[in-house]
Amino acid sequence: MARPTPPLSPLHLFDTDSLIGEDDRSIRDTVRRFVDDRIRPEVAQWYESGSLPARDLAQELGRLGVLGMHLEGYGCAGMSATAYGLACLELEAGDSGVRSLVSVQGSLAMFAIWKHGSEEQKQEWLPRMAAGEAIGCFGLTEPDFGSNPAGMRTRARRDGDDWILTGNKMWITNGSIADVAIVWAQTDDRIRGFVVPTDTPGFSAPEITRKLSLRASVTSELVMDEVRLPGSAMLPEAAGLSGPLSCLNEARFGIIFGALGAARDCLETAVAYARERMIFDRPLASYQLTQAKLADMTLELGKGMLLALHLGRLEDEGGIAPAQVSLGKLNNVREAIAIARECRTILGAAGITTEYPVMRHANNLESVLTYEGTSEVHQLVIGQALTGEAAFR
Amino acid sequence: MNIVVCVKYVPDAQAERTFDSSDNTTDRANVDGLLSELDEYAVEEALQIVEAGEGEVTVLTVGPASAADAIKKSLQMGAHRGVHVDDDAIHGSDAIATSLVLAEAIKKIGADNPVDLVVTGMASTDGAMGVVPTMLAERLGLPAVTLASELEVDGGSATIRRDGDTSTQSITATLPALVSVTDQINEPRYPSFKGIMAAKKKPVEHWSLADLGVDASQVGLDAAWTRVETFTARPPRSQGEIVNDEGDGGQKLAAFLGEHKFV
Repeated sequence: MARPTPPLSPLHLFDTDSLIGEDDRSIRDTVRRFVDDRIRPEVAQWYESGSLPARDLAQELGRLGVLGMHLEGYGCAGMSATAYGLACLELEAGDSGVRSLVSVQGSLAMFAIWKHGSEEQKQEWLPRMAAGEAIGCFGLTEPDFGSNPAGMRTRARRDGDDWILTGNKMWITNGSIADVAIVWAQTDDRIRGFVVPTDTPGFSAPEITRKLSLRASVTSELVMDEVRLPGSAMLPEAAGLSGPLSCLNEARFGIIFGALGAARDCLETAVAYARERMIFDRPLASYQLTQAKLADMTLELGKGMLLALHLGRLEDEGGIAPAQVSLGKLNNVREAIAIARECRTILGAAGITTEYPVMRHANNLESVLTYEGTSEVHQLVIGQALTGEAAFR
Repeated sequence: MNIVVCVKYVPDAQAERTFDSSDNTTDRANVDGLLSELDEYAVEEALQIVEAGEGEVTVLTVGPASAADAIKKSLQMGAHRGVHVDDDAIHGSDAIATSLVLAEAIKKIGADNPVDLVVTGMASTDGAMGVVPTMLAERLGLPAVTLASELEVDGGSATIRRDGDTSTQSITATLPALVSVTDQINEPRYPSFKGIMAAKKKPVEHWSLADLGVDASQVGLDAAWTRVETFTARPPRSQGEIVNDEGDGGQKLAAFLGEHKFV
């Protein structure tokens, strides 16, 4: 690294770049530039208006190779897990909503088809989804079943060779704009996944509005009223809850990195603000209390990055256990939201506007804290790994 | 269509740029560098020409070892091969020497497969002189059509649009030719992930001055026609003048603008 001279960025101080291979860095750099050019200038407006040009963004991200980037074949880029994580980090430095779009497309919808789908399902959907021409969503959570997906009420019953799907899904990212929904349902033979084209009669996806978090993201309810699907719509290779949980593990991995992007953006904003902002005739950055805050936040950001890169390397070298994913998601999201809130105190009143990204990130992280497994569930996963006792219920 | 794009590795304009205190040349060691943004338009334009027809894009850079990054980025965008001229004696070269080295390298590139078109950016973002394209064309004996905001290559000719303050010119040159492009000509692509991976397998040649038949005495700081004698950091921006509007704000503003010859 070039001779470091102050002021240094928080992650520069840790020199985490030295732990990242050249290819992964190139991929990170190209996503960072995309975010700088395309997301940053507009995201505050998207957030304020509660809208996202998701179709345009999906196609642009598809051209880069971001969508399903960690999958092999079918038009996917076949990059490392670490590269995928770093891409999530850069996207979430823009906004958690944009990262959510990518997580749901790549790790949930595409991964479900890639891992559990038939060859026909893969051929039909994956190349278009990788290109961003088709958008996917993933229906697991229900109004009354979040941390307890096994209790889901959505049901698929046989009618001759066909399936009839009935039920409601809730808090579904990309739902209202999706071309295809991966819907999980109870059947006579365990929980099964279904590939549902969203123009199938009986399927609707009203958007959930009035959100105070993830406003630059489409969140929907999925309503399935006697949706008739051919027998070939079922994902043949997934039986039981392990099917959807394998997908969640992928998405959670991306969040381990992603949350740090939001935290980094907050911290860099706070440092820059503190250096400019004069208070009692001195820069805010020159006060010891401010420096103590910045130092503590830098420590947590750097530690989180070291953990993320470690887990990324483990995943690239052979895979990580779900409990290890829980370590990363629990720590990094919890620390990211703490950093965002602390940065807000440095910005004072300016921190509550969309002029600065800090409160937008903090509000977004409220969702990230509980989706893809709440912090509490991840504590229980880790607790079970340590004690052998399952304490979920 | 055999196209050579000249690119430069420059200190990141976002960073604190300075001079090396030992010889007053641009400090390239302590500042992260990148492919000059103005050269990205040249790479993009060349790629679009080749993609619409056929041919090959060679990116050429003259610079220290770190300048390999500029070639890498161009290859990631889609260029087919790279040529990197690196020789310690080149350090400190001015535009005249740089154009000499570029010209000899382009001649060598064209030895087997004649070069139809040389594309450059309008200027570097560090030196910002904008004279290398015309110097290079002169050395190669090529027509120079510069500052193109549009470029149309058709059989044996290149036609550009140049936007001036009072007129727009359409200029046609026969090929082979040199074209410099502005930042209005296109929207450079981001390297796709597939492009990033493919770039690793693309050939990059490394040439020294000896490979080009250029004598070290013709280049470098000692051969430069100009040199930086001293440099001073720009003083911090002083606070602006606040005009209080007591009903005559407009007049005061007009007087200020007139006094500073803004109007």
